[in-house]
Amino acid sequence: MSEKAYKGQWVKIHNIILKSSQRSPNVPEDTKKVPLEMWLNGFLDQDEATLGEEVSIRTVIGRVVKGKMTEIDPQYDHSFGKPIEELIAIGPRVRAFIEKGDSNER
Amino acid sequence: MKDNSYASVMGRKNEIMKKAVGIDYSQYEIEGIAFDYERMMNEVGYSLEEVQKIQSETSVGNTPLVELKQVNRLVKLTSPKGKGARIFLKDEAANPSGSFKDRRAAVSVYEAQKRGYKGVIAATSGNYGAAVASQAAKRGLKCIIVQETFDSRGKGQPEIVEKARACEAYGAEVIQLSVGPELFYYFLLLLEETGYFNASLYTPFGIAGVETLGSELNRQQIEKSGRSPDYVVVTNAGGGNLTGTTRGLRKAGATDTKIIAASVDLSGLHMASDTDFNRKSFTTGHTGFGIPFATFPDRSDVPRNAARALRYMDRYLIVTQGETFYVTELLAQLEGMQRGPAGNTSLCAAIALSRELNEDDTIVVQETKYTGAGKCPSAQLTFARENGVIVRTGDPKDNKPGSEIVLPESPWQLHYTEMEMRKVKTSYIKQAIKQYGKSEFSDKEISFMSEDVKLTEQEIGNIIASIK
Repeated sequence: MSEKAYKGQWVKIHNIILKSSQRSPNVPEDTKKVPLEMWLNGFLDQDEATLGEEVSIRTVIGRVVKGKMTEIDPQYDHSFGKPIEELIAIGPRVRAFIEKGDSNER
Repeated sequence: MKDNSYASVMGRKNEIMKKAVGIDYSQYEIEGIAFDYERMMNEVGYSLEEVQKIQSETSVGNTPLVELKQVNRLVKLTSPKGKGARIFLKDEAANPSGSFKDRRAAVSVYEAQKRGYKGVIAATSGNYGAAVASQAAKRGLKCIIVQETFDSRGKGQPEIVEKARACEAYGAEVIQLSVGPELFYYFLLLLEETGYFNASLYTPFGIAGVETLGSELNRQQIEKSGRSPDYVVVTNAGGGNLTGTTRGLRKAGATDTKIIAASVDLSGLHMASDTDFNRKSFTTGHTGFGIPFATFPDRSDVPRNAARALRYMDRYLIVTQGETFYVTELLAQLEGMQRGPAGNTSLCAAIALSRELNEDDTIVVQETKYTGAGKCPSAQLTFARENGVIVRTGDPKDNKPGSEIVLPESPWQLHYTEMEMRKVKTSYIKQAIKQYGKSEFSDKEISFMSEDVKLTEQEIGNIIASIK
């Protein structure tokens, strides 16, 4: 990840929406201890900026929003996870059971 | 310059909402808890025929009803003689964005377009976001989705992150927030700034959209077995799925079909807790939404919630996370259908229930959802382990929400826990007493509550007296 982004580059910004002290009185204690944060992706709307800097972005629907640039070229990295042996074992076991076809045997 | 402090924005809530949904809810108020639900549904919503037309414009609905033949063989093999109802599945993943939520979004986005709004906003961490984004794309409207995605460590729930990706893929702006109900505050600010339509899940539009699901499955089941389904099992969260489906079934003439709600047990986990957030391996279809919304529907983002599950629910069955992942695997391995897991909550309950029913009974599981990276069981279980949750094979009765996910060893272990309806209805009345700050209700209010939870006025009176 490069440190600098240029106009039109796809970046992520971050904002604090409510400080810990501004949070609703109804939230649980652990949530009250931390701020309400926000993240949003958009095209950098200024000539250049460095990571961590306060910037303007233009979102895909054209809104201009300000915030601290926390990521350049933000990507999704969620995955299918690791193989879970306990899950993989389910298929063969029930298939064998159906094949055997013993009714009402426990 | 407007005052955008938390208290000030929340204070403008009604004014902002009136502009953003275009419904004057005050005209349906009767008094206190009572309002004219059916008049609101009739005047604001659309008829079944109108909804069919709206949905066909954007290719929503008419999804296949599939008999789960291999699962049904398994059910027969694990049932006493003469038992084992046939299970059918309405494959709602066949909708444009991959879930039944397209039905709700179709009507809301149509309404927004008709009334000249330039865009739509929805506050949702669920599949509804993708549905609104997809329908907005089809109708050329702008779209913003506001999600609760991350905990304070910046760790995102993979299922929600995947839904963000899907929304962006359909051209929506996706605003991601950390944990907390103040999402609603930010949502109000956005409605005010943009003047967009609030595509809430809980307006009469959102519910009318689901009615076609009920009427379609009824017609399809009659084609397959010569009569309406005996049971329909619905995954229950906010109550809209159950409300809309049942209204559709009733309109189509299926008056005797029993309506079974199903939710995943997440008891003990607080929905607004930063630390509990990523200890949940299900982000919807769970008791953390199902029970609060059933017992106080008007907690939603509109003044009067059109989703009122207790009006229609006959039974409420609770299953575990481990069992639902197991059933998700069965659906893939035995039926060649990779779906869910969220919608499979109802399939899990249906399998457990089918073994008690007669072999000529029919059960319809009324929805599925698309799956993939972030959503599939391996993604969720990997994430669970990373967050300190134990994942193992064993007896699903040992499942502990937030600390232990137990995958069954065999299909016999699939079971449900019956939530006593009387208890749920009593909670509704306790909520009414709390929310309205009184324990004396007028005749009109008692009459409303009686319809809202399917009890006689006498029974409502008795419960109130027992609480006092």
